[in-house]
Amino acid sequence: MANKIETTDAVEILSGNEAIARGAWEAGVKLAAAYPGTPSTEILEALAHYDDVYCEWSPNEKVAMEVGIGASMGGGRALVCMKHVGLNVAADPFFSSSYVGLEAGMVVVSADDPGMHSSQDEQDNRNYAKFARVPLLEPADSAEAREFMISAYELSEQFDTPVLFRTTTRTSHSKSIVALGERTTAEPLAKARRDWNKYLMMPVNAIARHVVVEQRAVDLADYAETCPFNRVEMGDTRVGIITSGAIYGYAREAVPEASFLKLGMTYPLPKKLIADFRSKVDKLYVVEELDPFLEEAIRLMGVEIDGGKELNTLQGELNARSVAASLARADVPGINQELLSELGPEPSDLPSRPPTFCPGCSHRGIFTVLKKLRVFVSGDIGCYTMGALPPFNSVHCSTCMGASISMAHGMAKVLAPPADDAKPDLRSKVVGVIGDSTFFHSGVTSLMDVIYNGGRTVNIIVDNSTTAMTGGQENPGSGKTLLGDPSATVDIPALCKALGVKRIATIDPYDLEEVERVLREELAVDEPSVVIAKAPCVLQFKVRKPVYQVDAGLCTGCKRCLQAGCGALNLYIDEGGERKVEINPFDCAGCGVCSQLCPQDAIARPAPAEGKGS
Amino acid sequence: MTARPTTNVLLTGVGGQGVVLASYVLSQVAMSEGYDVKQSEVHGMAQRGGSVTSHFRFGDKVWSPLVSPGTADLLMAFEALEGLRYVNWLKPNGVLVYNALRINPSPVSAGLATYPEDVDSLIRAAWPTVKCVNANELAAQAGTVKAANVAMLGAISATLPFAPEIWEAVIRKAVPPKTIDVNLEAFRLGAASASAPAAECKTR
Repeated sequence: MANKIETTDAVEILSGNEAIARGAWEAGVKLAAAYPGTPSTEILEALAHYDDVYCEWSPNEKVAMEVGIGASMGGGRALVCMKHVGLNVAADPFFSSSYVGLEAGMVVVSADDPGMHSSQDEQDNRNYAKFARVPLLEPADSAEAREFMISAYELSEQFDTPVLFRTTTRTSHSKSIVALGERTTAEPLAKARRDWNKYLMMPVNAIARHVVVEQRAVDLADYAETCPFNRVEMGDTRVGIITSGAIYGYAREAVPEASFLKLGMTYPLPKKLIADFRSKVDKLYVVEELDPFLEEAIRLMGVEIDGGKELNTLQGELNARSVAASLARADVPGINQELLSELGPEPSDLPSRPPTFCPGCSHRGIFTVLKKLRVFVSGDIGCYTMGALPPFNSVHCSTCMGASISMAHGMAKVLAPPADDAKPDLRSKVVGVIGDSTFFHSGVTSLMDVIYNGGRTVNIIVDNSTTAMTGGQENPGSGKTLLGDPSATVDIPALCKALGVKRIATIDPYDLEEVERVLREELAVDEPSVVIAKAPCVLQFKVRKPVYQVDAGLCTGCKRCLQAGCGALNLYIDEGGERKVEINPFDCAGCGVCSQLCPQDAIARPAPAEGKGS
Repeated sequence: MTARPTTNVLLTGVGGQGVVLASYVLSQVAMSEGYDVKQSEVHGMAQRGGSVTSHFRFGDKVWSPLVSPGTADLLMAFEALEGLRYVNWLKPNGVLVYNALRINPSPVSAGLATYPEDVDSLIRAAWPTVKCVNANELAAQAGTVKAANVAMLGAISATLPFAPEIWEAVIRKAVPPKTIDVNLEAFRLGAASASAPAAECKTR
């Protein structure tokens, strides 16, 4: 592992994710598996462009992890990638992989999302390394991402352990210059090695393996003392800063002349190296994002720290300015004063610009109707979570992947049943809404539960044949693999039928009348149902139909159409001072939802010009 | 040779405007001139019509991929409101270059909020060194409105220390082959517009 990582003369600007893919390829990775999730998605998208690596989108992170463990047990270097919350899904095999070890190296990338740019929480997954006793690497930029990745495989094989490779949004999605190297590969095994004691985790073997795991953690801590990624940079000895990952860059800018212990391997930590660094500086500060992960470990070593988490925050992202401000609170000398300058007033009263459904999005009709029905909507993770935003305001809970159906089921089980003769109050009804990819990820078992346990919820699967939120990745229902090969397609109605669902309807989500009629029917019966709203993602499949126009003479400016929340619609005041709506022809995708909402029939497609029709 | 300090550029706009491609061109231009570069953007939920920012920095050695508030040398706004929103990211003598384009945020489309009337005056009141560009118009003139991002690059090109040939060489490689001429023309029109008086520019 102490080998120098070779490079050629070639340099490229790569994102952290692209550099991880490059490093994995250079390290001779044979197999990579992942479920898309921001900010991790582009790793496999980039790796799929290289030859000689099998890459797949697995239905979820647990499956991806198990595919990776199998590959490494079979003697092929494996890469498994996910966003931070994905590791929660994959935690079961991840912990076991620590016990069984491997034949060829395995690296697990956890791309964390401090600041929650695109996530439901900002958990600090460095904790998983300690929890599972596996070594943890944290690159600071793209060059390190490539270099650390190559070394991670050597480390993995040297210590017979998976390696947790933790990035954040700012390492995964930042670009910097990377020197490239060549691919090295090992000969594959002809057959899997059978090692009952090591690879079969029944209690008698697991008890023995736990001893191995704890000794390995001790050995890794020894190794950390000389790991080339833990680097001391002595400067002004009045100030010592221990940091890791992207935060190193912020701290270098905040206090340019300070002394740094820049940790690339952050579990286990090098006790002697840290104590030695402490002895060389007057004051020691630990600067890290989210949890006081390094700080707590360093304090437990008995090393005195002059400032840590109490100076900054447990929440959100740091940047050079916030690091400078936090160290200024401790009167640290040598802070870059430009970063402490007072900011001008923020412009006030500006309209916010939240993400929204694209013009023509097939989810728009569903949420327009759900809002009207006033049912409780248990949502899920995907573009359709935006049904919670104005003007729809019709998703009422959303926690994690696959939870819509199971949470709706639990809720319906405790809500008071309607009186027999009372007119059903739809506000007491619960509807689950889940996308196709999320359904395959972990909604199938939830639906199985509803049927098995006599549930009575209505479950809408909004099937747009892609994994839209993360940029349109293939999935088990899209008919193609990550590598672009045609594949078997999950038949959702047949799958639901096989699970025991008796009421299954497939609807056109653009036909508001049909959506409302079918949902009212299903809400009226006291048994579970699945409603499949099937239409392709307009962004991914570039769906455009002839555009609609507003007849300004008929438009009364009632704003009913604006309830579609479509960016192609614009409210304006005409020359006569009257409120009107217009449709931007460049944005309109011709879906027609707004025209169905117009009480004046003022929105229509213009008749085709003479001689142009077929 | 004295160390070249880090230059900070913040690009802001709306998902789908080509902010990321513009940022890519900037990075390649700076790297080809021997600078260290770092660039950062956010994917995922930030798209879908939401606000988009991209941070671009170059110098002899760049540590952080992020521009800090109050330190931007250049704020390049692909939409007027998204220029106004980020003015306090500029450092005291920083320059704001914005596209005279209005794209309604979803709360405005839904009739729940209003787009600021006379956004140009608000921008000029909020910041002293402002340059307005009709990037979409210039791009349409060049052949396609899709090249508005490249017209914006033309408009800011004079504020950065790179020769026109460098920009053009990078743009040739960055855009689809069939659109090279249109994009180069958009770049030139953008660059030429930099000398036009800003007062005649009105967001619509």
